[in-house]
Amino acid sequence: MKTTNKIRVLIAKPGLDGHDKGAKVVALALRDAGMEVIYSGLHQTLDQIIETAVQETVDVIGLSIMSGAHLPICEKLVAMMKENGLDGVHLSVGGVIPYQDIPKLKKMGVGAVFPGGTSFKKIVTGMNQLFD
Amino acid sequence: MGVAKYIKNERGAVTEVTYQSGIKVKPVYGPQDLEQAGFDYNNDLGAPGEFPFTRSLHPESYRSRAWTTRQYTGFGTPEETNKRFKLMIANGQTGLNVAFDLPTQMGYDSDHPLAQGEVGRVGMAIDSLKDFETAFAGIPLDRIGSGLTINAVATIMMAMYQAAAEKFGFKKEQISTTPQNDILKEMIGRGAWIFPVEHGVRLVGDSIEYAVKELPRSNPVSICGYHIRESGATPAQEIAYGFSIAKAYIDDVKDRGIDPSDFVGRFSFNFNVYGNLWEQIAKFRAARKLWAKMLRQDYGVTDKKKLWLRGLFGGGGSGLTKEQPENNIMRGAYYALGAALSGAQTTALCSFDEAYTIPTPRSALLSLRTLEMLMDEVGLRDTVDPLAGSYFIETLTLQMEEKIVEEMKEVEKWGGMVKSISNGFVQRKVSRQAYEYEKGLQSGEYRKVGVIPEGERQESAESDGTEKSDVELHEYNEEWAKHSISSLKEVRRTRNDKAVKDSLKALERAAKGKDNIMPCLVRCCHAYATVGEMTGVFRDVFGEWTEPDFY
Amino acid sequence: MPNPDDIRNIEDIRSGNKLSGARLIQLIEKSDPRAFKLLKALYPDAGNAFIIGITGAPGVGKSTLIDGLIETFREMDFKVAVICVDPTSPYSGGAILGDRLRMQRHVTDKGVFIRSMASRGHKGGLSRTTKDCSIVLDAMGYDIIIIESVGAGQAEFDMIKLAHSIGVVSIPGAGDGIQAVKAGILETADIFIVNKSDRPDADAAAESLKMMVNMRSFPQTQLLPKVYKTNALDKTGIKAVATAFLSHLKFMRQNGELTRKKNELERVYFQSLLEDLVMEKVFESMAVSKEVEAAVKRIGSHEINPISAAEEIADKILGV
Repeated sequence: MKTTNKIRVLIAKPGLDGHDKGAKVVALALRDAGMEVIYSGLHQTLDQIIETAVQETVDVIGLSIMSGAHLPICEKLVAMMKENGLDGVHLSVGGVIPYQDIPKLKKMGVGAVFPGGTSFKKIVTGMNQLFD
Repeated sequence: MGVAKYIKNERGAVTEVTYQSGIKVKPVYGPQDLEQAGFDYNNDLGAPGEFPFTRSLHPESYRSRAWTTRQYTGFGTPEETNKRFKLMIANGQTGLNVAFDLPTQMGYDSDHPLAQGEVGRVGMAIDSLKDFETAFAGIPLDRIGSGLTINAVATIMMAMYQAAAEKFGFKKEQISTTPQNDILKEMIGRGAWIFPVEHGVRLVGDSIEYAVKELPRSNPVSICGYHIRESGATPAQEIAYGFSIAKAYIDDVKDRGIDPSDFVGRFSFNFNVYGNLWEQIAKFRAARKLWAKMLRQDYGVTDKKKLWLRGLFGGGGSGLTKEQPENNIMRGAYYALGAALSGAQTTALCSFDEAYTIPTPRSALLSLRTLEMLMDEVGLRDTVDPLAGSYFIETLTLQMEEKIVEEMKEVEKWGGMVKSISNGFVQRKVSRQAYEYEKGLQSGEYRKVGVIPEGERQESAESDGTEKSDVELHEYNEEWAKHSISSLKEVRRTRNDKAVKDSLKALERAAKGKDNIMPCLVRCCHAYATVGEMTGVFRDVFGEWTEPDFY
Repeated sequence: MPNPDDIRNIEDIRSGNKLSGARLIQLIEKSDPRAFKLLKALYPDAGNAFIIGITGAPGVGKSTLIDGLIETFREMDFKVAVICVDPTSPYSGGAILGDRLRMQRHVTDKGVFIRSMASRGHKGGLSRTTKDCSIVLDAMGYDIIIIESVGAGQAEFDMIKLAHSIGVVSIPGAGDGIQAVKAGILETADIFIVNKSDRPDADAAAESLKMMVNMRSFPQTQLLPKVYKTNALDKTGIKAVATAFLSHLKFMRQNGELTRKKNELERVYFQSLLEDLVMEKVFESMAVSKEVEAAVKRIGSHEINPISAAEEIADKILGV
């Protein structure tokens, strides 16, 4: 029986920050765009995020970071993804991200960056483009 | 967020107006609307300063005293915080408002792996009594009160504040502390929770009971509808859920045999001000009235002063936009106008560039001037509740009251606030609304000035000079973490291990049983047990909460 | 992507490597042709796990219950895998797979594997794909595999094709005893769990279920289903449920019921595979698609009725 290919996205909030309205709202938007969203909730350590990504063979890890710590977090996570056999998985980041940090993140290996205020349409397009 | 839904015809005339709370607004209001709404002067309005306080808590409101404004401060190390405190007091400030870093808020010590990158970032890092002693050194704690923006570990911070004061020679009866201490709103809209719902409420109950008996000058709870609104609740729900949360706390303490009259007078609230002007005003007037009515009817509170809805009406963060940030200056002014027309006792305003950066001195000053202007220049001090008697405002206030009661009834149907939050009913409702609203904003169904909906944006449009400037983040200072961790190591080295162990054991016993944990916490603090150790006891006994579904 | 011809991948999966196992599950979900090759190689390694089905209406607390079961089974030193199935939105084709949220505290436990799957349009949520995945987890060495799905009245029947022991979870309803427990479900349940038992009508709900159970007759080989009250949020009653499942397993082992069930499940799996493969091969064939296209045109112009058209093509395919 044929099953259609779906994009599986992990939406995770690393660290201690609890402002999750953005993460929840984007999760709903991605669902409405036909994606399968695994929502792993607040207060996730990077180990937990990696392990979830492994078990769920997600196509994209989507981080929501409001604390300003996106650079050190992404740098670490990219390294951990390589160590754990997840180098084929895309990484995207949303939240409080200065535009000037976008090239830095891309250089690290982040596939897509969605600073706060990015429309749902752009996020969905951006996610889909990761697979072009 | 917060804008009403406007439907226009081909000629651009507004044919339909629906407020976020669900109320439809007519083009014209007259005396017949008051009649239809069942308006009764004595029951619904009354004189300012008299039950049900719809017009104002005080007979002369701003005529006797202008509103108070609050400045939130947070700094990396206790030493720096102490300096800032002394500066503010020298400048005439009579109260401190303290921010804590995320590890402290979440009950972790500065050397915990999860604390990495967060020590001192959004507030002061507190690991033990030593840090409090440093932060509050030389502060006359019998004259200066402290607001502590802390929730999940509010009991620990309160105990530590008392212990620090006692170390400085003050008596607990003299000190005044106001922890935010509203764990239920954390679970709906701010995320800094630790323990399961019932245990979180038990801790709030313990702190209220303790305050009643031992800390007469302290205000144990500040219920925040603010964050619930920021998460997607409508103005009516903001009040409804806030009051339902208050009920959960009141009931917990009442069940211990304490008369609500003994503590409700010390509750305060934190409500939001963005959105439609009239909806906010009606909301606040209805809220004052409902709170007084609810306390009298449901809890038998009769003392006038204890029926007051005290609080801060302010903020407005969600209403501001990233696009054309200078528009936020005007928005802030309109939101503040709404707060003034509502008779807000205390207020604060988000700065216009809040989407980009922590307030600069310039933008903070603009906010302050906005607030001053209303009081001192354009006439908001002239008379109490100037909109009273307006056909529109009085009708709307009654309708808003109805809406709030409706929303509260839904919470009752779900089994009360504790069950509603445990099962995720409130969170789900609020997330869905946030999503629908955001979609509406992006599609153009709701309009905000300066924000162009996705479909109408022209790709090649030339910049009009109001381009988004970039977000400015504070540099994270690694020194703060190093400093806190070495301080922590020193404390661990020099304290009496047996005293710590015994005090933690006693805390565990109290937590497992029904005893009030506050005295044990004070003892732990005096022994220099760390925040992580004390929270660790609670984590072991209560467990950690897992969120329910939100979709 | 795992290479089916690479023995290492099969070895990895057998030794419980989560990345390799998860990748095979991914291939299965994508209907990748390589999936079957690997599945065939692993099939002999499967068949040892105890498969538990947990079903019930949305909101009854299945995930929280399973979180508790994982804890209990882990304390008993069992390795546990969980497959959580959530409904795909019929409008968008997307899904929010949030069940693992409630079990997330086990995520870094080496002896636990949690996989979220969307129903992808399969009525009742479960499908042959779920079975394929359970084979992988079985081969990886998990002692207990828990399959969670929403019981909408049909999943229970699918659960019968997948699980050795089925637990039906319900919550006390307002007034009418049990929510969403219909005649069909009663027959499939081996264990009844009334969750949120802190509610006042929990006892009434449990009694009501017991009565319904007692009204049926059971063959000797089947255990009389018991009703358990739990409060998944504070973990009350979970140990009893875990023990009940294990007792059921023991019972089935002793009287040969387990062997009978496993054979039946295998037969059902074979049947479903055969049906799927045949359908796939038939409709993939160009010749058949042409016939179907032509038939549709003729039906549209009323030259032939659908029944005759279908009969004609079926006969043609079978060479009759």
